[in-house]
Amino acid sequence: MNRFLASGLGLSALLSLIAAAALADPVSVELTGHKFTPGELTVPANQKFQIKVTNHDDTPAEFESHDLKVEKIVVPGGTVTVTAGPLKPGTYQFFDDYHPDNAKGAVTAKE
Amino acid sequence: MLATLIIVFREVLEAGLIVGIVLAATEGVAGRGRWIAGGIAAGIAGAAILAGFAGALANAFSGNGQELFNAAILLVAVVMLTIHVTWMASHAGQMAQEMKALGRSVAAGDRSLSAMAMVVALAVLREGSEVVLFLYGIATSSGAGGLSMLTGGALGVAGGALVSWLLYRGLTAIPMRHLFKITNGMISLLAAGMAGQAAAILAGAGFLPSLGDEIWDTSGVLRDDSMVGRALHALIGYSDRPPGIQIIAFLGTLAALIVLHRLVVHRPRQARAHAQAATHAR
Repeated sequence: MNRFLASGLGLSALLSLIAAAALADPVSVELTGHKFTPGELTVPANQKFQIKVTNHDDTPAEFESHDLKVEKIVVPGGTVTVTAGPLKPGTYQFFDDYHPDNAKGAVTAKE
Repeated sequence: MLATLIIVFREVLEAGLIVGIVLAATEGVAGRGRWIAGGIAAGIAGAAILAGFAGALANAFSGNGQELFNAAILLVAVVMLTIHVTWMASHAGQMAQEMKALGRSVAAGDRSLSAMAMVVALAVLREGSEVVLFLYGIATSSGAGGLSMLTGGALGVAGGALVSWLLYRGLTAIPMRHLFKITNGMISLLAAGMAGQAAAILAGAGFLPSLGDEIWDTSGVLRDDSMVGRALHALIGYSDRPPGIQIIAFLGTLAALIVLHRLVVHRPRQARAHAQAATHAR
């Protein structure tokens, strides 16, 4: 069981390395006062990309997007990276699920 | 207050629908109240602990801790639901008979009950940790309206519990001889949906190939973030823009459950009689 688990983890680490190697640098977005800066991100269409989210508030946030199919908790002072795409050209909304009225932003995929 | 109520309700709804199905699927099994209440309590306790380690979990596995954890929770739930479906396949007829004879209670099914308690605990754990973090944020952020927002949170939990209860009561209005067929079908779809979600999470984090990124786009008809979309997401793993791997995992799990069910039901008559005798002897 342990060997199985270890080889599974080894394999997954390898796969994530391969996945990470193929990706460009992540685009960054910061949460301050329950607002995203910048509120508009631009990413290349038709390829995977990553968004790095840093939470400068003193309460937890949940970076979420139904359009991008991502959902990830960001603790106070924490940073997470989410992977999404490839996207068709267009605009995709994201938000902080804990402050959905104020903390909103969008990703635009351009060719 | 209303905003808080809606946020908490959405999170609780997903776990609530699962609890409702589990309650209906275990209708009439002696001791199930204790098991399921225990599952809910364990889920809440686990959610509180998990919330405390949210930062550490996010950083684990080179930043993929949350994704791997969520996928693992879903896959364990799929295994537990499979145990229940196979157990029911070999006992459903007997249970319906005994219920007719003895009223609505049968003394059987410890194995199935512990599996179902686990499913409830995992569902509450997954959604609950998000609710705990959200309420923690409200409680720690000073400022007016904190109490009113916590009231909203409590009402959101109550609303989610109400949906769970209504689903349970609605299902148990179905005549007993059909009930377990229907709950077994719902549980099979639930398990297939969870397997699909787990595959989509793993593909999103780059651990599995996506095998096609957007097989269909029904976001114009039924969005994931609408209430109906959320309910269908919880019940059958609905997604308005699913990757191929999600569909394959859904269909593969459903097919495996159907085959497994057939195998158990058509097991040689003698073996089944033997198993029944053993159950009666206990």
